[in-house]
Amino acid sequence: MSAVGQAPAASSPGIREQVADLSSRHRSLSVIVGMTIVAAILPLIVLVPPFNSFSGQAVWMDGFTIAGIYVLLALGLNIVVGMSGLLDLGYAAFFAIGAYSYAFAASSFTHVNIPFWPMLLAGAAIAAVFGILLGAPTLRLRGDYLAIVTLGFGEIVPITILNSSKYTEGPNGIGGISAPSLLGTEFPTTGNPWPFYLTMLVMICISMILIYRLQDSRLGRAWAAIREDELAAAANGVNTVVTKLLAFALGASTAGLAGVFIAAKLQTVTPNLFRFDVSFTVLAMVVLGGMGNVWGVAVGAFVVFMIQSVFLKQLNLFFDNAHVPFLQDINFLDYQFLLYGIALVAMMLLRPEGLFPSRRRRRELHTDEDQEFGELGDELGASPE
Amino acid sequence: MTTSTLRREQPAFVETFQRLRLGPYLFVLGVAIIDFLVIGPAQFVNGLTIGAIYALVAIGYTMVYGIIELINFAHGDVFMVGAFTSMYVLTNVLGQDGPIKDPPVLAAVLFVDFAITMILLGILGTVIERFAYRPLRHAPRLAPLITAIGVSFILQNTIQILFGPSPVNTPQLISPTARVNVFGLDVGVVNIFTIVVSVSLMIALQLFVSRTRIGRAMRSTAMDREAAQLMGVDINRTIAITFFIGSALAGAAGVVQGLYFGNIQFTLGFQAGLKAFTAAVLGGIGNITGAALGGFIIGFVEVTAGAKGVFVWGQAAVFVVLILTLLFRPAGLLGQQIGERA
Repeated sequence: MSAVGQAPAASSPGIREQVADLSSRHRSLSVIVGMTIVAAILPLIVLVPPFNSFSGQAVWMDGFTIAGIYVLLALGLNIVVGMSGLLDLGYAAFFAIGAYSYAFAASSFTHVNIPFWPMLLAGAAIAAVFGILLGAPTLRLRGDYLAIVTLGFGEIVPITILNSSKYTEGPNGIGGISAPSLLGTEFPTTGNPWPFYLTMLVMICISMILIYRLQDSRLGRAWAAIREDELAAAANGVNTVVTKLLAFALGASTAGLAGVFIAAKLQTVTPNLFRFDVSFTVLAMVVLGGMGNVWGVAVGAFVVFMIQSVFLKQLNLFFDNAHVPFLQDINFLDYQFLLYGIALVAMMLLRPEGLFPSRRRRRELHTDEDQEFGELGDELGASPE
Repeated sequence: MTTSTLRREQPAFVETFQRLRLGPYLFVLGVAIIDFLVIGPAQFVNGLTIGAIYALVAIGYTMVYGIIELINFAHGDVFMVGAFTSMYVLTNVLGQDGPIKDPPVLAAVLFVDFAITMILLGILGTVIERFAYRPLRHAPRLAPLITAIGVSFILQNTIQILFGPSPVNTPQLISPTARVNVFGLDVGVVNIFTIVVSVSLMIALQLFVSRTRIGRAMRSTAMDREAAQLMGVDINRTIAITFFIGSALAGAAGVVQGLYFGNIQFTLGFQAGLKAFTAAVLGGIGNITGAALGGFIIGFVEVTAGAKGVFVWGQAAVFVVLILTLLFRPAGLLGQQIGERA
């Protein structure tokens, strides 16, 4: 995995390069093939020794579906943070907006019943509108203001939902949300996990293809230009405000999509599902996975989700059952954010391009020349920027 | 005729007015007076007290931003750690658990508590700067912001593990029921103490920054780091001192928070940090006086929202203030227009 970006010195292209070359020429096809392989392999986890003892296949696949939601969120946040270099700390707000849009559109609470599929697009659009409303005043200013405004927004949205019980049922949340149906059959909410699982995979697949297309488009290049040097980008004719606003809105719409899905999956939404810890978890996923790299972020999100939902729980159980004197008293889930914090700091200091970096990002953040210049610059007090 | 004479006389007055730059101060005074009339004296003192705490925290944001242009997300949590340090010092080191009647003893305990907390927090701030921000000084802007969030997680979670997730009681050394008569108003002693301590710390800081050699080094570094270095300013030391002072002030704010409210929780820093940052932006980020003024305004906004029975919306009101400031006066009350620096 670590050798993805490194070009070996061998003169004849190896099989790995051939595959890499093929996949970069046929991105959409490789995404579809990759996701199909993932879809086929993941359910087989129940056959592998240590994992089969944890829980049954249906539970595992439900877990994977929820992990898929986080993958989708990370992919969306990656557009904002990784591709355009804007820091969004209230990403969960758009997730909440998407979820509540579906809750209002299809539940026994409002007695409206709009089908799931059009609502997917509608939820994404509503979240994007909120993204534009929030981004328009702040994106004209320095980048750091966006971070703090989104942080505030991420805090305000759950508070607003919590306090307007008349419209949102407050802390109890909205229940009785209808499940999606396809060709006249409603998705089973318990038992058979396949419909939700496959829908999730298709959604991730489509999002990834679209994001890859965007990355290679004129807009994607404008994002990269803004990320690397906003002033230079503006001087070269990139409309920075509109470009940043588009990144922000597209990121928000992906969260809206994920929100609609989670509302349909859980059939109930409460404000607590969308607290700031979701925003920070997704940010940690993006940073750890490698900002800017679509596959890297997806893998990062999946790994982080599995660590927090399976690994730490199993660690607790393991030490409890083994009666290890000191460790059995520790609830490892309490340490989750400490781990994220240490991971974020360590990543930024040691490997700022993430675990699975994109090639361009690695070049930006780690060049030999930059290091020499950086050291020299330190001595002279000049920054190499 | 009359209009032309008026016009001729106006510029002199306007010029004097502009030279003194009283506008922002008059604005704050106006807000205070209106607020006084709206919510009454008791709540007004409350707003002033809370505002003083926010002002102390906001100064730390603004100093760090002024010197290295970084939003130190961890600063709110440094304030929270200050509150817990003070609680630990009071209960476990000094063995206090309630109000102290004897004034000299009270003064001595408070002095020791403030001194220990402020020094420890100053050291914490310097350590954070040394290990989390200094190595990234030449990295892309996003990198130190993300480490700042990481540090914020680490501080919050460490305190949560050490002291538990539920609110912890802190000894209220100054009895909350003790009251004095000031200009015919019945005011709590602890309110007066908070306001006096905060304002004296702010004045001390202002004198330090404007009169001392280190203060001059700080101002020159904030203005132009390279030029300051060429003039012989030790940049690393100056930035470390800035972090020390900012965090020590946050520590003092933490002590005051504990004394005033009587209980603290590990999530304290998140909320307070957001409000204090809003105060810093409102005052004009990078400007110490502005941060102090902004802190008081935020205090008024929050207490007014509470007094009008919409306390749950207090947070939202502060957020609206932030958005409005960014929309209409992004430079803040006292700040200068800042362009995007590449």
